[in-house]
Amino acid sequence: MTVAATFEIRFTRYLLPEGREACDLPSFAADPRALVPDYRAMVFMRALDAKAVAMQRTGQIGTYASTLGKEALDAGIGGVLGKHDVLLPSYRESGVLMLRGVSPHRTLLYWGGDERGNVFPESPHDFPFNVPIGTQMPQAAGVAYAMKLRREPRVALAMCGDGATSKGDFYEAINAAGAWQLPLVVVVVNNQYAISVPRRMQSAAQTLAQKGIAAGIACEQLDGNDLIAVRDVVGRALERARAGGGPTLLEALTYRLSDHTTADDATRYRSAEELKEQWKQEPILRLRTWLHARGAWSPAEEQALAKDAAAHVQKMVQAYLDTPPPGPEQMFEHLYARLPRQYAWQAAELGEETERDVEHHAG
Amino acid sequence: MSNITLVEGINLALARAMEDDDRVVVIGEDVGINGGVFRATAGLQQRFGPERVADTPLAEGLIAGMAVGMAAEGLRPVAEIQFAGFAYTAIDQILNHAGRLRHRTQGRLSCPMVLRTPCGAGIHAPEHHSESPEAMFAHIPGIRVVYPSSPAKAYGLLLAAIADPDPVVFLEPSRLYRRFKEEVQDDGEPLPLDQAFVVREGTDVTLVAWGAMLHESLKAADELAADGHFAEVIDLATLKPIDFDTVLASVKKTGRCVVVTEAPRTASLASEISANVSEQALLSLLAPVARVTAWDTVTPMFRLEQHYMPDAERIAAAARKVLEYQ
Repeated sequence: MTVAATFEIRFTRYLLPEGREACDLPSFAADPRALVPDYRAMVFMRALDAKAVAMQRTGQIGTYASTLGKEALDAGIGGVLGKHDVLLPSYRESGVLMLRGVSPHRTLLYWGGDERGNVFPESPHDFPFNVPIGTQMPQAAGVAYAMKLRREPRVALAMCGDGATSKGDFYEAINAAGAWQLPLVVVVVNNQYAISVPRRMQSAAQTLAQKGIAAGIACEQLDGNDLIAVRDVVGRALERARAGGGPTLLEALTYRLSDHTTADDATRYRSAEELKEQWKQEPILRLRTWLHARGAWSPAEEQALAKDAAAHVQKMVQAYLDTPPPGPEQMFEHLYARLPRQYAWQAAELGEETERDVEHHAG
Repeated sequence: MSNITLVEGINLALARAMEDDDRVVVIGEDVGINGGVFRATAGLQQRFGPERVADTPLAEGLIAGMAVGMAAEGLRPVAEIQFAGFAYTAIDQILNHAGRLRHRTQGRLSCPMVLRTPCGAGIHAPEHHSESPEAMFAHIPGIRVVYPSSPAKAYGLLLAAIADPDPVVFLEPSRLYRRFKEEVQDDGEPLPLDQAFVVREGTDVTLVAWGAMLHESLKAADELAADGHFAEVIDLATLKPIDFDTVLASVKKTGRCVVVTEAPRTASLASEISANVSEQALLSLLAPVARVTAWDTVTPMFRLEQHYMPDAERIAAAARKVLEYQ
């Protein structure tokens, strides 16, 4: 017997959970001040997230999927993804979209039950929030195919959770990306849970990154709670894809510090001890400790940031609350480029019903 | 002008669309050097290159999902699913994404894609190769479903489908792929979508059909004519949205309606058409609307398929019953 193939999966981490450097840092981190904008974005994400949860509890938005714990991933990816690249998010990537320039009040609109939450004037090629698990993956392969066909120096970056790696869509997409050497970067946000089902129940694979081996593509693992690792590893994968070097599968290890959504209760399936341990690994404290230690951040700046973040959150909340609900006719708008005449009577009947309702309430 | 088969009409339309528009790409299983298992894409890869005519890995969900991504990113993909019976994993992408991308982004992104697939029974094919899922597709909001019945319609409707700014599921009757030839001019002229065609005028009963069943209905019309009953025959052509104007105008003239489909009866398009005619032309009807459909069984293997699909005899019998209704 001989060995037909062997493989290894590399893991990248620069900042240890307690905020110390694990090894030499990449050159972009030589000046810690350069990472302060990312830190500010992460703090804002967390403030908005807390507000969104509170708004759901008070009935101001619908079910909401928290981003608590993945701020380093969202800020890092948003920071390195090029303006003309295309993001294909899952439903939990509002932080990345914010870094793409999309106004965060869109996130509140989306979870507030309004299609206009998927209108991204600032990043018009990015895909909308994707709720069905993993279906954005084949679409990402199609986007990357279009970029390659037109010889554009652009990359498609798709994000999904650990649960999505169990789906055919996921494997079909990375397999096709390998076969055609597409400019595609897939980031698996392994937050350890698919609602209540833990990572170990999804797959016997030692890492999720190694699923890329089966697809014949570059694959590695990184600490998703380490902003420097995210910027470094995702940035390198993007540049490789942009230069024609083909696709990459990245598994970012993180932890969902929140419930799955506001409709979930994680105490049913995980212990308080586990959660407490994971809070010791979280990305914001880790980065802040490092910035402090390197003299790039002060308690005074932290205080000012908290105030700024709260004010900006309030502005976003107000922008959401100031957006009146769409008229019922919106259901028929943009259904087709031009509504087929066959459906015109349905739109008209809806209009009449709406008028009757208005009269009824007025009367 | 050339005298060509339906599958050659598909091929001619694909070549014309690719010639006229660089954004048009063809993807699917065996669509490249092999030219498709029915040869619908024969010669296209040689002519337009392997990047624009691409064999995909064997995964139907991937094919449909890639088409969604390509379309949203500015291409005009024409994706082939080898047989309709394998299109079910692709329905996820059509239902959850293709049909709603425009709406859920409020017009920011759109999905001008075509999903082509051979459809229907009658070619002595293996199991799962003879399905008629048109009603499943027609139930999906935001898309069109088109079903040609002749070489000229295949050519003109496919050109229209490719040019359409919204997703189109294009179902091709494999039984008619090589059944007969027709003169088709390769002039790049599309036929109108969302429109039914009156292919035979008559006064006594309206037969509504599409695809292979159109030809069975025409045969039935011949049989009825021999008895002195003149059937008007409508080729529905676009199954979503349905051109009820044409159907209702005909029924108001004839007073009788028989709808024919080779799909199972329950929740079929025949049911939808029957309901609409009953709702909107009740006072013109001299008899209840009749449905001639396949049975509510699984599509049988081919030794029994002749007993499964409606044929001219069954259609004529239903029409006679309607004509004799007191």
